[in-house]
Amino acid sequence: MIALEKVTKRYGSTTVVDDVSLTFGGEGVAALIGPNGAGKSTLFSLVGRLLTADGGRVLVDGRDVTTAPSRELATTLAVLRQDNHVGARLTVGDLVEFGRFPHCGGRLTATDRDHVERAIDYLGLEPFRGRFLDELSGGQRQRAFIAMVLAQDTRYVLLDEPLNNLDLRHMTDMMKLLRRMADELDKRVIVVLHDINFAATYADRIVAMRDGRVVADAPAREVMTAEVLRSVYDAAVDVREIDGRPVALYYS
Amino acid sequence: MGALLGVLLAGLTLVSLFVGVSDVTPASLLAGGADGTAAFLLAASRAPRTVAVLLAGASLGIAGLIMQMLVRNKFVEPGTTGVTEFATFGMLLTTVLAPGLSVMGKAGVAAVFGLLGTWVFLRVIRAVPVRQLVLVPLVGIMLGGVVAALTTFVAYRLDLLQSLGQWAQGSFTTVMAGRYELVWLAGAMVVVAWFAADRFSVVGLGEEMATNLGLSYRRVVAVGMVVIAVITATVLVTAGMIPFLGLVVPNVVSLVIGDNVRRSIGWVAGTGALLVLACDIVARTVRFPYEIPLSVIVGVVGAGLFLWLLLRRRSRAH
Repeated sequence: MIALEKVTKRYGSTTVVDDVSLTFGGEGVAALIGPNGAGKSTLFSLVGRLLTADGGRVLVDGRDVTTAPSRELATTLAVLRQDNHVGARLTVGDLVEFGRFPHCGGRLTATDRDHVERAIDYLGLEPFRGRFLDELSGGQRQRAFIAMVLAQDTRYVLLDEPLNNLDLRHMTDMMKLLRRMADELDKRVIVVLHDINFAATYADRIVAMRDGRVVADAPAREVMTAEVLRSVYDAAVDVREIDGRPVALYYS
Repeated sequence: MGALLGVLLAGLTLVSLFVGVSDVTPASLLAGGADGTAAFLLAASRAPRTVAVLLAGASLGIAGLIMQMLVRNKFVEPGTTGVTEFATFGMLLTTVLAPGLSVMGKAGVAAVFGLLGTWVFLRVIRAVPVRQLVLVPLVGIMLGGVVAALTTFVAYRLDLLQSLGQWAQGSFTTVMAGRYELVWLAGAMVVVAWFAADRFSVVGLGEEMATNLGLSYRRVVAVGMVVIAVITATVLVTAGMIPFLGLVVPNVVSLVIGDNVRRSIGWVAGTGALLVLACDIVARTVRFPYEIPLSVIVGVVGAGLFLWLLLRRRSRAH
């Protein structure tokens, strides 16, 4: 269970995360939505110990992330930020192997190799294994990073805008993959999304943030109403039912 | 490819042992026996010089490689980040304030200043986020320029410009048994880097990724800074400045092998050693029986390679 208890983070005089209490871990896929600057990425940074909170604390399976040994945390919690730019010339295989670093410290055992193989297989990266990351398309590169996180073999997987820079098909593939990771591999996936229709289709639960606070937290269907979405985004959103599923229209 | 590198290294090592004014050949060694002049020269001059060249070449390559991983920029090395200039300033200070200090002591002070230089550089590029890759080394070169100007000013006022000129010219001419042993320290740093290879690769993925993988980013950066400073200082004290090496060698290796440090570190060490050894042999033979400074040869070769890398990168990445 990931538990945030009254977590606050300020940059100077602006409060980006304001007294947030939340728990994750009950459902397979939880989507975090909200307008730009709502504090979603900061929240991820706090959980992923990339930032320290100014108030409150974050517990992962009962352990405070600021005091628990970082390498042990890395075996239960993986955080993938958006726009992972790796300048280093690494192959897909190299990158996925680094996912095993928290488990083996660099020297891969037979178990580690198994995990690497499975992750590469799961994401269909076998044909690209020997390719350098800078020789891949955006979608392939994103998959390579997900494979790394998968090889890390953590119960909790936090992904910050994994659909960035992906085209329609790759976005759908990515969401299906996250769904499978939750259903087949029993992961707890928490994902920041901008496309609320993807959130509604693939997530079990939607947490909406605005101005550093949680303004809605409910099963996906309950968040998908015109009133809730308007209060989250401050924009006119029309929600229609299509084939029994709520679809938000925000294009006009 | 690995075998080729090994054979070339072994071959040039032999050549290096037997090139010189005095008569040291396998034949003269056999004739003179263990106490002969040839054997003495080999042990006192030729072997130390060759070892020093190999270790300096290997370790400078490694220093560049590690710096490039820490900064996540392909254009940095101790010479383009002010580290060498800081270390030189440290050496000047020891010459002025503690002229009697042992070689070890001098290298120690130079290393501390090199460490300070690395720290200052990392702070500066953290404070001034530069988006363009080539701007990072430019900032470093400017930083080095400021420190070098200060060094020159002090040296000028104290009539030490000649010493300064000597350090600026990397050369292994004066290397002999008794005053080269320091480079083993640089060799030791190569071993440290070898053991921490995976950690440097992970740090090369960036602070966020490294933290996600449970690595103490700061600690690895600190170890890397020490490795860089010690290598820079020991080579500076033993031979002087050798330009471009730390820049060119890791880049060339990266093109072929990639940047997984565990895989590339051996190549960087081997190629660095080979390049410096080849340049040293050229420096010793091109005006035989005189020598020209090694840094001249490395400078010409390195600058050429560097230009090629720059132009190549532009045509591909931009």
